[in-house]
Amino acid sequence: MLATAIALVFFYAPNDADQGFVQKIFYVHVPLAIVALIGFVVAGLLGVMHLRTRDDRWDYRSYVAIHMGVIFGVGVLITGAIWAKAAWGKWWVWDEPTLVSFLIVFLLYVTYYPLRYSIEDPQRRARYASVFAITAGAFVPINFIAVRLAENLVHPRVLNQTAGDMPGEMRLTFLVALAGMALLYMTLVKLELTSKHARGQLRRLRRLLEEEGSPGGAAPPPIVTVPAKPE
Amino acid sequence: MRPVGAILRKDLLVELRTKESVPSMAIFAVTTFVIFHFGLDRDRLEGELAAGVLWVTILFAAILGINRIFVAEREQGGFDGILMAPIERTSLLIAKAGALFTYLLALELVALPVFALFFLSDGFWEALPRLLVVAVLADLGLATVGALLASIAVHTRARDLLLPLLLLPLTLPVMIGAAAATKPLLSIPLETSGVGKWLAVLALYDLIFGLLAYAVFDFLMED
Amino acid sequence: MEVEQAEPAQVSEGEAGTEAILLREVTRRYGEREALHAVSTSLEAGRTLAVFGPNGAGKTTLLRMLATLLVPHAGTLRVLGSDLPRESHRVRPLVGFLSHDPLLYRDLSGRENLAFYAQLYEVADAAARIAHLLEATGMTRRADEPIRNLSRGMAQRLAVCRAVLHRPRLLLLDEPRAHLDPEAASAVDGLIGPGSDATRVLVTHDVEHGLAEADRVLALRAGHVAADAPAAHVSAADIRGVYGGAVA
Repeated sequence: MLATAIALVFFYAPNDADQGFVQKIFYVHVPLAIVALIGFVVAGLLGVMHLRTRDDRWDYRSYVAIHMGVIFGVGVLITGAIWAKAAWGKWWVWDEPTLVSFLIVFLLYVTYYPLRYSIEDPQRRARYASVFAITAGAFVPINFIAVRLAENLVHPRVLNQTAGDMPGEMRLTFLVALAGMALLYMTLVKLELTSKHARGQLRRLRRLLEEEGSPGGAAPPPIVTVPAKPE
Repeated sequence: MRPVGAILRKDLLVELRTKESVPSMAIFAVTTFVIFHFGLDRDRLEGELAAGVLWVTILFAAILGINRIFVAEREQGGFDGILMAPIERTSLLIAKAGALFTYLLALELVALPVFALFFLSDGFWEALPRLLVVAVLADLGLATVGALLASIAVHTRARDLLLPLLLLPLTLPVMIGAAAATKPLLSIPLETSGVGKWLAVLALYDLIFGLLAYAVFDFLMED
Repeated sequence: MEVEQAEPAQVSEGEAGTEAILLREVTRRYGEREALHAVSTSLEAGRTLAVFGPNGAGKTTLLRMLATLLVPHAGTLRVLGSDLPRESHRVRPLVGFLSHDPLLYRDLSGRENLAFYAQLYEVADAAARIAHLLEATGMTRRADEPIRNLSRGMAQRLAVCRAVLHRPRLLLLDEPRAHLDPEAASAVDGLIGPGSDATRVLVTHDVEHGLAEADRVLALRAGHVAADAPAAHVSAADIRGVYGGAVA
């Protein structure tokens, strides 16, 4: 699917008259951003599921969702910088509120890793990670509202202004790119989850083998015969 | 409500006796103002620059206080004592947020006049009532999110480092709102238009994160 | 308060239902390790359970579970008739925990600390009760100094006051005599010793002391039950065996 999207981007969509070839970055940049943000919010919901069910699998899913979101986020910031340079001559601009909001969200989610890493108790780690995912997930929309209000928009917003105006081919390409990006995200998430699962199994098997091998066995033999409790 | 009162009173009593948090926050704020004076090479500030300097300083001073809010519980095993007691665990969150709120107000009691002294040409007294409203709403947000994040950070290894890292992005809307609301108040001449919109943003933030913190706190405390 | 002689350990007369504590296959994990594995035991109301075991055996984990600070990951846990963790809130007013840490705020005085806890536990006659406990542990004179100025032994005495402040029906004692001189130890005995009519769970490395006070003995090793029997059936040598030669 993604291959189709790429193909469409390069061969089908007409070049934007003003900005030329580089405008095609838009088809990568915006879907990356949308998918990443939705991923973050979904991670928050997965966190809720984890707290409700206490099943560690939800925590894994939440973690991977955020992990992929952060990776896509790096992509957003890089493609955003490329686009900014090509369009307005600078690598970073402050008057693009969505990009600024995204940066803030990105900085927040990057702290997810040191947070997880610095909690030793595994049960507590999963629980706290879920709380973070929920809090940060709620933060995403608030942040975008706040930053948008703060900035006086001067900048051309391809999505907004042309939401209705996008010529049919552009819109189609965009939607395909979006779908492709979403599928890429979900594939990567699935891949990561499976590999994590496999690694977990391997670790468990290894540990079981070690335990059986050692002379002590699993349980030390009781040393006092417990008389049956008198009825 | 009684356990909230008990814990809050205990915290305020400890603070009054040890004078650990509020004086440090106040000194930090005043020193930071001096640094800004030299860094910006300005004698007078107004409008957005004044608002920015003021609120950035308060935020960083707040971090000092937030970092220490659970120190008594952490170092003296007090968590166990509170967790075993027959009380709602969210009482702890509310009490800690209340303590932080009190410290921030105390901080502003010192920092605002000093700020006016250092940087404002006039109009401070006119602006003060509305400034206080902005401060109260902003402090509520900082206190709530601060207490929540402090209770997360307290169980991690690098808690002093992790807390600011978590706090800064999350409290950015408070900063945006507070600075934007303060800007017209510190402009010459004083304006009041536009303040209301930002007060609404602050109030919305306080409400959402207040509810969120209340909802998740029990999960943070259990084991 | 007078210290009464400990009752001689007796084999329980099968009164299921008057159990103050019931554990069945209780397990607690730490990551992939098991801090407690399928631990089962029981204790009748008013009796004393002595828990022995080397460091890391799970004694503290067990105690903290009974204190409602930790939840079991598997198995059944019932304390004073309530299921944990579901009914933890019912149990909390009835449990007193004397842990390694005195759980006292160092910048407050003994009296202020006790007043604080009295508020949390909604103790009815707080002032009188506090005064009585301070008197009983010989701390009245120094009750108004910050904890940080007191010796560890004095803090321990105040910790005992804190633990029994709300007249708990279940006492969880982790090395209660630690840091106490013989005079202080006998002073607190009246409050937390066998003479009190609370159910007691006692963790100690002092094998003789533990056995003397115990009605039932539980020995743990690496999270597993090594022994679970009425005290009369257990000798000091058996207990030392659990330690694997590293005697207390």
